[in-house]
Amino acid sequence: MTDPLVKPKKKNPVERTRLPTRPPAPRSRAAQGLTRAAAEGVFEMQTCGDCGALQYPPREVCHQCLSERLVWKDADPRGTLIATTVLRHSNDLYFRERLPWKVGTVKMAAGPSVVAHVHEDCAEGGAVRLALKLDRSGQAVLHALPEKDTPNMNDAPQLRESTCDPKFRRVLVSDGKSAMGLAVARAMLDAGANAVFLGDPTSWKTVKAFDALVASDPRVQPVELDVTDTDSVDRLAASIGGKVEILVNTAAYLRDGGILGRKDVILARDAFEVNVLGMMRLAQAFGPGMGFRAADGSNNAVAWVNILSIHALAALPARGAWSASMAAALSAAQTLRAEFAGAGVRVMNVFPGPIDEEWEQLTPPPKLAPAAVAKAIVQGLQGGLEDVYVGDIAEELRTRLRENHKAVERELGQ
Amino acid sequence: MSAPRTRLGYDGVVAVMPVTIPYARYSTRSAHWWLGRALGELIRGSGLAKAAVDGVCVSSFTLGPDTAVGLMQHLGMSPRWLDHIPMGGASGVVALRRASRAVQAGDAEVIACIAGDTNHVDSFRNTVSQFSRFAQDAVYPYGAGGPNASFALLTDHYMKQYGATREDFGKLCVAQRENALRNPHALMKKPLTLAQYIDARPITDPIHLFDCVMPCAGAEGFLVMTEERARAMKLPFVRIGSTIERHNAFPDDPIQFRGGWAMDRDALYEHAAVAPADVDFVETYDDYPVINMLQFEDLGFCAKGEAPAFVREHDFTIAGSFPFNTSGGQLSVGQAGAAGGYLGMVQAMRQLTDSAGATQIEGARVGLVSGFGMINYDRGLCSGAAILERGQA
Amino acid sequence: MSNPVLAQFMTEFLAGRLRLVDLTQTLAPEFPTIVLPPEFGQAWPFRIEEISRYDERGPAWYWNNFSMSEHTGTHFDAPVHWVSGKDLPDNTVDSIPVENFIAAACVIDVSAESAENPDFLLTIDYVKRWEEQHGRIPERAWVLLRTDWSKRVTPKEYLNMAEDGAHSPGPDAEVVPWLIRERNVHGFGTESVGTDAGQAHHLNPPYPCHYFMHGNNRYGLQCLTNLDQLPPQGALIFAAPLKIRNGSGSPLRVMAIVTNG
Repeated sequence: MTDPLVKPKKKNPVERTRLPTRPPAPRSRAAQGLTRAAAEGVFEMQTCGDCGALQYPPREVCHQCLSERLVWKDADPRGTLIATTVLRHSNDLYFRERLPWKVGTVKMAAGPSVVAHVHEDCAEGGAVRLALKLDRSGQAVLHALPEKDTPNMNDAPQLRESTCDPKFRRVLVSDGKSAMGLAVARAMLDAGANAVFLGDPTSWKTVKAFDALVASDPRVQPVELDVTDTDSVDRLAASIGGKVEILVNTAAYLRDGGILGRKDVILARDAFEVNVLGMMRLAQAFGPGMGFRAADGSNNAVAWVNILSIHALAALPARGAWSASMAAALSAAQTLRAEFAGAGVRVMNVFPGPIDEEWEQLTPPPKLAPAAVAKAIVQGLQGGLEDVYVGDIAEELRTRLRENHKAVERELGQ
Repeated sequence: MSAPRTRLGYDGVVAVMPVTIPYARYSTRSAHWWLGRALGELIRGSGLAKAAVDGVCVSSFTLGPDTAVGLMQHLGMSPRWLDHIPMGGASGVVALRRASRAVQAGDAEVIACIAGDTNHVDSFRNTVSQFSRFAQDAVYPYGAGGPNASFALLTDHYMKQYGATREDFGKLCVAQRENALRNPHALMKKPLTLAQYIDARPITDPIHLFDCVMPCAGAEGFLVMTEERARAMKLPFVRIGSTIERHNAFPDDPIQFRGGWAMDRDALYEHAAVAPADVDFVETYDDYPVINMLQFEDLGFCAKGEAPAFVREHDFTIAGSFPFNTSGGQLSVGQAGAAGGYLGMVQAMRQLTDSAGATQIEGARVGLVSGFGMINYDRGLCSGAAILERGQA
Repeated sequence: MSNPVLAQFMTEFLAGRLRLVDLTQTLAPEFPTIVLPPEFGQAWPFRIEEISRYDERGPAWYWNNFSMSEHTGTHFDAPVHWVSGKDLPDNTVDSIPVENFIAAACVIDVSAESAENPDFLLTIDYVKRWEEQHGRIPERAWVLLRTDWSKRVTPKEYLNMAEDGAHSPGPDAEVVPWLIRERNVHGFGTESVGTDAGQAHHLNPPYPCHYFMHGNNRYGLQCLTNLDQLPPQGALIFAAPLKIRNGSGSPLRVMAIVTNG
């Protein structure tokens, strides 16, 4: 049984900070199929479209019938742990700092044998379930997990290296006055965050729910933060930048309006100011500090969360300016992901469908409660995901985009 | 369909001139230097003109970005037959197998088989991290333990499946060290006791320090030519009884507990017209002790799963009941990259030409050399073996 | 040939008998702008980004880009700002005659009343009582309402939002047309974020100061500070907005010239 994680002690301010290293990152292009699955938290294996053979490691053609029609399909993650070893030596800096490290061979019920990171609660010879997760280099790795959840299993250090669990971490919620910000803050507290820095972009405005949350839990610290104001962002980073281990950017600007029907680009500019430039400002101010602390103990800086929209992938012309800002934000997030890769800070993008909040008043249901999105964010962090699609509408749109993106374009334009 | 074709024998082809370029833990030289020295030793030692060597067979991990082709220009050679064998521990057997057929067919007259690698302070990590695509995709990211981790898993499985103990592995390692103390080329110069073996620090459970070979720099080589030429040049020679090779054997085994030898051993003995009992000594590929056990079983010295008992029954020293890895093997001599795949071959040639010095086995007539190589993903893919015989006139 | 008046001005000024008072708030990102319902277009707050600071972006120089609306910080309202002034001549900041950028000022101190009641409204009666004490408001003078609102440092205190919106003092709907008709004032200036009271939406007409002042081609100044350093009468205001084509207003530096002692 995994020992529960101990709440990290306050950091000795004169101690040297361990710099981030990352596990071996090179992968073949075919192996990136695993990465895509891991990024979304699904378990898929390369499968032959002709003979149905499942294979691992990923290849260019089917190892049975040599067909090149290889597809990625949901696979049975069950298997038997047939051999294990505990590494007490490694050729790689990242692992050297984390020894001992347990790996093993799992004979999958679906066929192949795989080498996997082995959870400490797995017994050799016993049944396990495999999960694809991203490691600190952002590449997919297989974890052999106990067949059924065990107490505190997410606290196991090896598994925690692949996840971004809010437990005992400090979270900055950039706009804590929005319904989404409040929901995210509550979800982080429930998930065991050590502190929630609750951003206040409108200190002149009283929001009762904000005040109530601040009063309800000593872990909540209100902080002034307006992502459109470089000065404000820099000031906050100078004050708490060294303490932010998960940043959830809840600052959002959503207004109706297309492009041709307006006389100005002010709405678009305001949307970009918050949704795109705001993210960049936060990144420039908080990113370097988070990267520096990416290997700093059990509460290392781990994740950067952007709440985007499924319309980052397909414009909703009725909200054209906003959609454009979402697409730009997604693009910026991809760059951040590349820039954070060296340190191993995960960039998680959240793609919800319509959310039940004031600016979606006229949107017909189904709409997502902010709490549902917040829950998906916490689960995404706990699972170590990179892309989280929330709600039926997001899932449906995603499926339809894969089927025919031109049809989606036409239909959203109606 | 016609009846199965019979394999040709190796009549008229022999191997001569085993050479070893003394190993070094680390070298500032490149692989070209080590391979060049081996070729030089072969030419000077045999008395051949350089141009008379019209075939070359090369194995090396650290020659990159060059291949055997670039090496020819580097060494000023113009061979009419050239091979590059990237089979690690199986390279020696396969080189002999390829070269003997080429000489037999008349495609070349004299083939120099050379294997060598340098070992810079960081070469091993580089070799391991980029060993193969599958290793890169599916092994190295899992702790970057290198071969230690892969063999630890096989060893763990084998121990649990067949009841092998650390003492069994230790017995082989201690015997090999005893043999190595007679071999001036061995890098390990201190005796090893079973207690020291057992108490050594763990590296990757159940692999401990003395289960691991020491990476080093070095080169080995030999010549393949016609018996007629060897006799004319008065070069002591060995005959080739038979050879086998197999790659990616038993792909459906969930974890490796046997090698390709198990598929081909009957052919091996039948072709040479000898039985395991006729073999006077065995040189196996010993990157980890468990692989020795696999070879004892798969090459027919005992049944599958009985190697632990076999080990308990025998003494593996030069003077013992089952002379084995008489040079000390890689575990005690060092692993000079691809040259490790030649170590058994060169030592067997010495045994059969009475040039093994202090490691010489009295009256050895038939030797078995076994090779194993390339943990591409989760198991060694290449296996090979050769039966060599004393080439007395 | 030198003008004796200006020469005398400079003599007095250099001797310290005339003094300049800066009535301008510092432009800073956190300084509040007026808050409208969120579905309306919003004035941009002041935002500033460094272009370079003796660094790789410009090795020997420091400079910034900034952005803001015409109605951010201490600013000037031109008549065109309000629909009532949209068709008047010379109603934009670039067309206002430059002479109008200098005017005398009457400072009506309602700071005590405002401290009591943030919704305090200036009435005709109050102005008349003020005139009894300080003299009649001259023609073409700014009327500046001293509320000490500028001493409210945080945006929260300054905007003073409650559930029913902002609460800050201003003129009532009667006094504004009276000041124009009876005193021919130049414009109206306040310390708070608008020339109208926080709750002026509920007056008739709504936002009377904007409606009447601009409808009569008069001007507005807001977000002023240091009004407590001005005499009730006798200060001279220099307030020249940026020359923005068709501009409805502009941030500006507002200076008052006062006699010392």
